[in-house]
Amino acid sequence: MITLTHFLLVSAALFCIGMYAIIAKRNAIMILVGIEFIINAAILNLVAFSRYDRAEYGGQIFALFAIVLAAAAVAVGLAIILSVYRKHQTINPDKITDLRD
Amino acid sequence: MIDIVFYVFAIFTIGSALAVVSLRNTAKALFLFFFVLFGMAGLFIFALADFVAITQIMVYVGGVLILMIFAFMLSIKELLASIQDNSSRLFTLPNWQSLIVVLGFFLLLSFAITDWLATTPNWISANQKTQAILQPTDNNIEQLGFRFMTKYLLPFEVISIFLLAALIGAAHLSRKEVED
Repeated sequence: MITLTHFLLVSAALFCIGMYAIIAKRNAIMILVGIEFIINAAILNLVAFSRYDRAEYGGQIFALFAIVLAAAAVAVGLAIILSVYRKHQTINPDKITDLRD
Repeated sequence: MIDIVFYVFAIFTIGSALAVVSLRNTAKALFLFFFVLFGMAGLFIFALADFVAITQIMVYVGGVLILMIFAFMLSIKELLASIQDNSSRLFTLPNWQSLIVVLGFFLLLSFAITDWLATTPNWISANQKTQAILQPTDNNIEQLGFRFMTKYLLPFEVISIFLLAALIGAAHLSRKEVED
């Protein structure tokens, strides 16, 4: 029998891997991948809890909303990365130190 | 049997996620990201959320991954150089420090999860008693459609407008600047 604990542990592991990508990577695209890992871990939690809630389906509906939000975040994030790359010729967040031109 | 398949999916997902963050080559990492998303869709099916799994494959694999590979190819010059100089660190920590932080956080999370689930939460045991938990034979898509068109209609419309605005904004941000 697969219990809630299994899902939550897998999701915790994925969350921590995403956090590692955000802390340690020096490449904006990999940082965005880390954010996607974290969002996916959250969606796995929502879906796992939704299994015990047949009356409302709240978890699955919120998971679908979260997927849409993640897709919008990726679209805007990649557009920002591209325009930053065009201006600064780098996507290393440590090297992009000023907001103005 | 179903336990073994679950473990295979979980190990596959976490293993490819570890490979994504440990690979130096961003192109390989992005292709492995694809496997992570597929593994996650498999895990959603184990939680009896088939529609969420299909949406995951369509939105992430069809949209997000393609976008990421495009962005990677458009900024490839910098990535091929891939210089690892440690001179200017504003946000990033060295690998071993971030590894310690992340492992500590994982231990904390797993301790919290096992501690909290030592006693089943009240609403879960109540639903299990009245058989109000999802069965593999339930028709999820029909139920989700009813919920979206009745109780969650306003959030559904708001998020549609939000997605439209975000996509127009993304297209506006990434267009070439016109010199004037």
